[in-house]
Amino acid sequence: MAVAATAALAGCAALSPPTKNAAAIHINEDPFPSTYVPYPGVPTAIRGATVFDGEGGQIANGTVILGDGKVQAVGGPDLPIPAGAEVIDGTGKFVTPGIIDVHSHLGDYPSPGVQSLSDGNEATSPVTPEVWAEHSVWPQDPGFSRALVNGGVTTLQILPGSANLFGGRSVTLKNVPARTVQGMKFPGAPYGLKMACGENPKRVYGSKGKEPSTRMGNIAVARQTWAKAQQYKRKWDKYYAKGGDMPERDMAMDTLKGVLEGKILIQNHCYRADEMANMIDMSKEFGYHITAFHHAVEAYKIADLLRDNGICAVMWADWYGFKMEAYDGIKENIPLVHNAGACAIVHSDDPNYIQRLNQEAAKALSDGQRAGLPNLTEAVAWTWLTSNPAKALGIADRTGSLTPGKMADVVLWNGDPFSTYTRPERVWIDGALMYDANDPKHRPVSDFELGQPGEGDVK
Amino acid sequence: MIRAVLSALLLTVAAPAAAQTIAIVNGTLATGDGSGPIQGGTVVIRDGKVVAAGQGVQVPADAQVIDASGKWVTPGIVAGFSRLGLADVDLGAGGADDTSARDGPFSAAIDVTPAINPLYQPIAVNRADGVTRALVAPATAKSIFAGQGAVIDTGSDMDAITKPRAFQFVELGETGANDAGGSRASAHILFRNALREARELARFSQPVRSTREGVPDERNQPVVRNPNESRIYGPDARRSDDVLLTRFDAAALVPVLQGRQYLLVHVERASDILQVLDLAREFPSLKIVIVGGSEGWLVADKIARSGIPVIASAVNDLPASFEQLAATQSNVGRMRAAGVKVSIGMIDDNDTRQLFNERQYAGNLVGLASVPGATGLSWGEALAAITSGPAKAIGMGGQIGSLTPGAHGDAVIWSGDPLDTRSAAEVVFIDGVRQPLETHQTRLLERYRYLPRGNLPEAYRH
Repeated sequence: MAVAATAALAGCAALSPPTKNAAAIHINEDPFPSTYVPYPGVPTAIRGATVFDGEGGQIANGTVILGDGKVQAVGGPDLPIPAGAEVIDGTGKFVTPGIIDVHSHLGDYPSPGVQSLSDGNEATSPVTPEVWAEHSVWPQDPGFSRALVNGGVTTLQILPGSANLFGGRSVTLKNVPARTVQGMKFPGAPYGLKMACGENPKRVYGSKGKEPSTRMGNIAVARQTWAKAQQYKRKWDKYYAKGGDMPERDMAMDTLKGVLEGKILIQNHCYRADEMANMIDMSKEFGYHITAFHHAVEAYKIADLLRDNGICAVMWADWYGFKMEAYDGIKENIPLVHNAGACAIVHSDDPNYIQRLNQEAAKALSDGQRAGLPNLTEAVAWTWLTSNPAKALGIADRTGSLTPGKMADVVLWNGDPFSTYTRPERVWIDGALMYDANDPKHRPVSDFELGQPGEGDVK
Repeated sequence: MIRAVLSALLLTVAAPAAAQTIAIVNGTLATGDGSGPIQGGTVVIRDGKVVAAGQGVQVPADAQVIDASGKWVTPGIVAGFSRLGLADVDLGAGGADDTSARDGPFSAAIDVTPAINPLYQPIAVNRADGVTRALVAPATAKSIFAGQGAVIDTGSDMDAITKPRAFQFVELGETGANDAGGSRASAHILFRNALREARELARFSQPVRSTREGVPDERNQPVVRNPNESRIYGPDARRSDDVLLTRFDAAALVPVLQGRQYLLVHVERASDILQVLDLAREFPSLKIVIVGGSEGWLVADKIARSGIPVIASAVNDLPASFEQLAATQSNVGRMRAAGVKVSIGMIDDNDTRQLFNERQYAGNLVGLASVPGATGLSWGEALAAITSGPAKAIGMGGQIGSLTPGAHGDAVIWSGDPLDTRSAAEVVFIDGVRQPLETHQTRLLERYRYLPRGNLPEAYRH
């Protein structure tokens, strides 16, 4: 299906011109394909640990078996260990699926945070669905390694920034170092489209004397853009149905067409309850679905609306007041959203917080418990870190829980990961051991850090 | 209903009940002096001051006794470096942010005292999380000197200032280079020139001629009680023509030069830290405290020998800038091990609002000790780093940040181990006064806890 359009066109043009109603040429929807190949692992059995399966389940004195890059089996102390497996004593330790951060700018706003590497916002027009975050990602960002070894983060979505109403495509990565971003791309993960409402777009363009300078301007420009996208899609639908002259390619509209076709997931930066409701209505007007609201500081005010519309809320545990639209942030946001039956996700948006997402979940959990919200346990709260994020990235069938057959993206913690004192001890991605606290060789060091002070340091 | 709300608001705004004698008993107690927690501790606070803390402490007969069985008791958290109380909202909310004066003419003369708003939400939010005191610094704008910072309490009253003009704050690293026009070399010459101009004024400071015999002319004093009148405009107020600083700014640096006011210096890079140590040798009267110090571990021995305290950023481990290439979470632990007087601050890390993160950071440094090859802190050291540590750095040890007899009666009863983020502050005393823990946030929680439509809109739930 994905035939390289340019090559095919060139070939046809050179030989014989297509007849008027020649079969439509399908454009290549994956021109920067993943080249990620899992690294080798050994069959591994972790015994005697407390297991959070990532879907709300907990096993005391559990056994987790990894092999062939997949979770092979999860059970109690009686689960048989395959012959030849490396057996790890997990007594006093915890095993979880690897954490998934659905909102990161590692690589596109990397460390060091200098202008030369600052590639997260194409802030030259409020509508830039044509840009792809993966083309800004610097694989040598030292932040990836911190997220792995301190945070137990195994998968992450890199988004463009929020200066624009349509910021561009996101990319989902395996947190495995590579020379190229293609070498990190999560195979088969759908693209996301970053949208933004609220203060940022109106501030950035208002300060340039351009539309949008108001929230009503935000919506007006977004609706105009979606109307154009619908028209673009109709042209292509007609072409695919009836052939004829291929419509002119528009990279921005290609992305929006992908959204309208349900192939690209909307990841919508939006803080305020009333604005999320506006975005939901706009999505219905143009026939697309919002997968998740990111930074949904006021999600608790409309948790019912989010639940009824099947939209995840992506939240911080306790951020508030850093701008006006964050003024009503409360510490119980995450558990309130969860309690209402909506999909709650803990995210970072930050190269430091991504190293402590387990602690952010711990804060949200304990704040929820103190508020008297029912049925909140550590195992339940772990869904905010793995299975719900996997859902929001369209990869829940492959990772995000310790389910046999899923990718062996696994963290062994040296204690209860809801404790502030706990650290990852080992991290596997697709069954390959990518971090071992006891082995300095099992810790990535980016090119940038080689020969710098503290290069071999445990960070 | 309305009356009840009004009285609740008044409670929040007006001064809470007068101080009395309080005894907190049976708690797991840590005094903030670096020692670990002890079981069955008692804290006695009388008339706003700590009387005693420890095991086997006599409970006075007239004390109001609070049973802290199963709870932890510590001094209130001292935010080691903050901008608390200077902003309610950081971005896009004109009038709600006084952290820096971008277009003003003054630098070192700036004094945050009149800008602190005790009713700003970040003060309430941090109070509710056990932060009872904070070092509050302004941020620089066009000069390397930001101005004079204060020590505040987070009490629910209108009197927030514990110590005005407790320190001067100067940027001498990357930010200082930018403030100075683009290079560290420029920042350092500006710094030396500023001290030179202050020295020129300082000659008025001590025996001054008077207009009336035997009575010094107040107007010639460069440092006065109210720095908003900081000036010299008496008959001897002549300065050389070769000056860069305004008269107010130069006057404000006189107490720094004379060692009567602390000088907090923000540097991150190891070489910048060594430059600060050189300055300390060159100007031995300066009472310098280093803030930030991400690469401090590279020169920890030298910092230790200088005796200069460091209020460090606890867990930054990214080469976030070229002055932090060697950043590691082990920095604080390694400096501590080398004998540096190190505590924890929050410079440029959500420093107007998230000061409650300090106890999480301190806990992380305890957890770090379990990572092979890393260096963390003991539990007692970690608590000290967010209580007595920053207080001692600016000469206020024994006054705030510890349960030492005579100290301000700031104590917190926690639901559990305060260095674990899962614990919460349940009772907070500041100067012996029990504090309300209600905030904008707790009110929003109650309003939106249940979403089903009622007989009136949500706005009527209060």
